[in-house]
Amino acid sequence: MAAIEPLLRVERLTKRFGGLVATDGVDLDIMPGEVHALIGPNGAGKTTLIGQVSGELRPDGGRILLDGRDVTHLPPHRRSHLGLARSFQITSVFADFSVLDNVTLAIQAHDGHSFRFWADASRDPRLNGRGETLLQAHHLDARSSALAGALSHGERRQLELAVALASQPKLLLLDEPTAGMGPEESQQMIARLKALRGRFGVLLVEHDMETVFALADRITVLASGRVLATGDPSAIRNDPAVRAAYLGDDDDVAA
Amino acid sequence: MTVTDVLGQLGRGVRRMPAVRFAGPIVLAMLGLLPVYAALSGDSYVLSFATRMLIWAIAAVSLNLILGYGGMPSFGHAAFFGIGAYAVGVMSHHGIDSGLIQWSVAIAVSAVVALVIGALSLRSRGFYFIMVTLAFAQLLYYLAQSAYTYGGDDGMTVARHSRFGGWINLADRPQFYYLCFALLLAALFMTERIARSRFGRVLRGAASNDRRMQAIGFPTFRYRLTAFVISGTMAGLCGALFANDILFVSPSMMSWIRSGDLFAMVIIGGVGTLYGPVYGAVAILGLEELLMPWTEYWRLIFAPILIALVLGSPAGINSLLAGRGAADGRH
Repeated sequence: MAAIEPLLRVERLTKRFGGLVATDGVDLDIMPGEVHALIGPNGAGKTTLIGQVSGELRPDGGRILLDGRDVTHLPPHRRSHLGLARSFQITSVFADFSVLDNVTLAIQAHDGHSFRFWADASRDPRLNGRGETLLQAHHLDARSSALAGALSHGERRQLELAVALASQPKLLLLDEPTAGMGPEESQQMIARLKALRGRFGVLLVEHDMETVFALADRITVLASGRVLATGDPSAIRNDPAVRAAYLGDDDDVAA
Repeated sequence: MTVTDVLGQLGRGVRRMPAVRFAGPIVLAMLGLLPVYAALSGDSYVLSFATRMLIWAIAAVSLNLILGYGGMPSFGHAAFFGIGAYAVGVMSHHGIDSGLIQWSVAIAVSAVVALVIGALSLRSRGFYFIMVTLAFAQLLYYLAQSAYTYGGDDGMTVARHSRFGGWINLADRPQFYYLCFALLLAALFMTERIARSRFGRVLRGAASNDRRMQAIGFPTFRYRLTAFVISGTMAGLCGALFANDILFVSPSMMSWIRSGDLFAMVIIGGVGTLYGPVYGAVAILGLEELLMPWTEYWRLIFAPILIALVLGSPAGINSLLAGRGAADGRH
């Protein structure tokens, strides 16, 4: 077979909360290196889907394959070791850790077990060496010893991304990477993500259509827990059902 | 001028003195020299009082490991204390005096119980965690109360001190005092190392955002459980010390009031700081000791002072000494 295996395959994924069906038989593929955007009005099931892919929510039906391996029932930390990383919608870097310690903590998570009780971890050259390199790549090296809580909002989002990439993931879940950013910071973040394009697959959840159309190779539109359409940006832009449900002036039409 | 202002100014004034930068080591040095003072002044009571202070300080340090660094508000910590005390009491009752055996059992049983309680309660968080740990402690409390062979509700006296051959004689006050002092130093040193270690970072990370820690690849449960067992075991050892201190064990040692005392010591001293629990133990037991002979309604004075301390310095005595925001032992 010549076909490339998808990096992430989501099959008939279903999650119910009582009577509410949050995701209803969702199918989704992400190819290696692809940026796949997930859009949809509030309540469409995007957050639930992210929760299931990351492992925080247990699906009621369907399967999730990561790199060909069934991870449907694996907890988040196991998925992380299989190459999944995520950024959080609400920036949640460790505020009372230094910037460097935030990234070295993520490196530590993939450097054997942490039942090491004695040596000072913040003076561990193995962690710090890789941490400094990572901070340089994300233009945060000047802030290395600052407390993460003292960073500006934009810097914190950058750190969030650096932490997610510390484990060299194959697939990155990006939950609203430009949320709360000003136009200039958003442009910088988009540029950063464009520069990283191709190194790993991305599932991008984003409200801002400008960001979506700037980055996505393909777009999946979710409405009421179901896939309304999947296709490249121009196909989605011109899809009459999508226009009716979502891209029109009123975001709440299908909510 | 409010209480907060007064305490704030007091704190600022105190901080200008260079000595407070070394407040922790100074307090420890004073505790270390206390037997000398007791011998010179002939005041033997001060030594037995300070011994009790040291034992509670170790227990508070052990609670601080999970409450302060690990964000696990265990409200049943006195249970482990009680287990350690009963291990000594029960074995002594059956004629086993060897300290090596008694204390090994105290440590082993409190470790196993901590493993079970931790494994069951660490699934919950915050308020629920408080309630679950409290429930387990009360369970053990009632178990001790109904153990009629061992005195039931009245408790029982311990016939003699744990025996360590020629190594150390626990019946000798200064020797016992220095054993407790050495164990406090060891507990502080261990906490300091753990807090900075890879393990400690996972613990502190999980306290601040467990969900994120799991997402970056840490199976946090097993690390938190390990910390819970270390902490419970340390408290168990304190119980063995306490049984030797007063030669008596009773269910009241593991009542929720005792757990509350420990909680208060850690909070008032400074949650998640190295010396905070020591300050807390010294302050609370010291206040109690000062006020009690004064009036039988001493709690009426004691409680407002505690409230003022908490309001005036929410981050504890440690921050009052070290300055706002700064906190020794916090990395």
